[in-house]
Amino acid sequence: MKKDKKLLKNGKRIDGRGIGDLREMEAEAGVLERADGSGYFRMGDTEAIAAVFGPRELHPKHKQKPQRGILQCRYNLAPFSVEDRKRPGPSRRAKEIGKVAEGALSSTVFLEEFPTATIDVYMEVITADAGTRCVALNAGAIALADAGIPMKGIISACAAGKIEDTPVLDLKGEEDQGGQVDLPIAMNADTGEVTLLQMDGMTNIEEMDEMLELAIKGCEKVAKKQREALMKTF
Amino acid sequence: MMDITEIEEQSALDKIKKGERLDDRGLEDFRDVEVETGVAKKAEGSAEVRLGDTKVIVGVKFGMGEPFPDTPDEGMLMVNAELGPMASPNFESGPPGKDATELARVVDRGIRESEALPLKELCVEEGEKVWKVMVDIHILDYDGNLMDASALGAAKALIEAEIPEYEDGEVKREKTKEFPVNKVPVACTVVKVGDKYILDPSLIEEKIADGMVTVTWTEDELCSLQKRGNGGFTKDELLDIFEIARKKTDGLRKIIE
Repeated sequence: MKKDKKLLKNGKRIDGRGIGDLREMEAEAGVLERADGSGYFRMGDTEAIAAVFGPRELHPKHKQKPQRGILQCRYNLAPFSVEDRKRPGPSRRAKEIGKVAEGALSSTVFLEEFPTATIDVYMEVITADAGTRCVALNAGAIALADAGIPMKGIISACAAGKIEDTPVLDLKGEEDQGGQVDLPIAMNADTGEVTLLQMDGMTNIEEMDEMLELAIKGCEKVAKKQREALMKTF
Repeated sequence: MMDITEIEEQSALDKIKKGERLDDRGLEDFRDVEVETGVAKKAEGSAEVRLGDTKVIVGVKFGMGEPFPDTPDEGMLMVNAELGPMASPNFESGPPGKDATELARVVDRGIRESEALPLKELCVEEGEKVWKVMVDIHILDYDGNLMDASALGAAKALIEAEIPEYEDGEVKREKTKEFPVNKVPVACTVVKVGDKYILDPSLIEEKIADGMVTVTWTEDELCSLQKRGNGGFTKDELLDIFEIARKKTDGLRKIIE
């Protein structure tokens, strides 16, 4: 935790946002031609593209489930998305995020309608400035809807965190590096169900309550943006 | 161990609905927790944890290495997990998959974020030489709840560890001193099945879970969270889960301290 630069001044953050403000968002559906569905999402400087293929036959066959389909996610940082070029290929971090993204999206898709099939969600981060898993998931959820996959609701994600002992919403890169807590969540904003939750940093239950509240409000705004993007495709 | 049948899953589910479990535990009871140390002689610290039929060995080794460029004056923590083929008929040989990676990274974050290790004291020469603390988790027998067993084993192995001396450019493994651990991070996974919460899930209970959250507490702070599997939780459910885990981790910590 470096303290060389003040991240908060009179309730304002380094980019002028208040503690409960999201960065500027941009969303678009149907950005790719070959995929069955696709989406783009940007939050500040962090942007991601997602593609959905399926439902389609799952290989290898022994992974097929007779009663329901499965949803598989790949999360990847493009080599040029970060300051120093990232070596191509999945890192341990990317593998883990792929797994929690599967957990986040599976619960909203009616997978029982697609026995033995897979729905593949490929998420590619083009520019990383913190919050990449959330932005990737937001693009992924748009892509699922764009592919016409039946869902209980759209999954929306954003992160809350703690900087200089203050809970804030949607950390950007410098805040993330100098911050004390990072709490990314994803949820179905219609039902209030949180389907991705990760946290690292030191905190307590009272602060968690505050941060969760901020993140839930943030997800509701993200959901609105995702819906607007989807409506434009009709 | 045979694959779990639907009938077994259904009976586990029916039991939990009634507030009972297949092995007659209470919903928030752990299986018997057994912890043994010094199980790997060449490791600088080691522990074996048994939760019922789940068995995990954790070994700690120290080595000398070059620090990460962004933390030139800090030692390095590395946590690795292997779900080797001996532990379950469903595990295969090969590089760590998603499950092993998640396991290692959640244990890693518990230790790292709690600032349990004095990483600054593990710097020998800034920007050049620092201690690497390598924690390896080996799964021997898999009957559910690898996460809590591994986190407990890692914490115990670190508490037990002795760090070698570093003299004349060499690691002297025959000369060791105590390795200070500042905090003891302990993980507790809270599993939702229907409208009930259970702790320390067996393999069958993991299969019928509607979702689970692994919560890592130190003595006084919440230091890591990971929602696992499908399913979702409302905010109120999450706040309850943090509290349930807090109580249980206090008890588990006493076993290894």
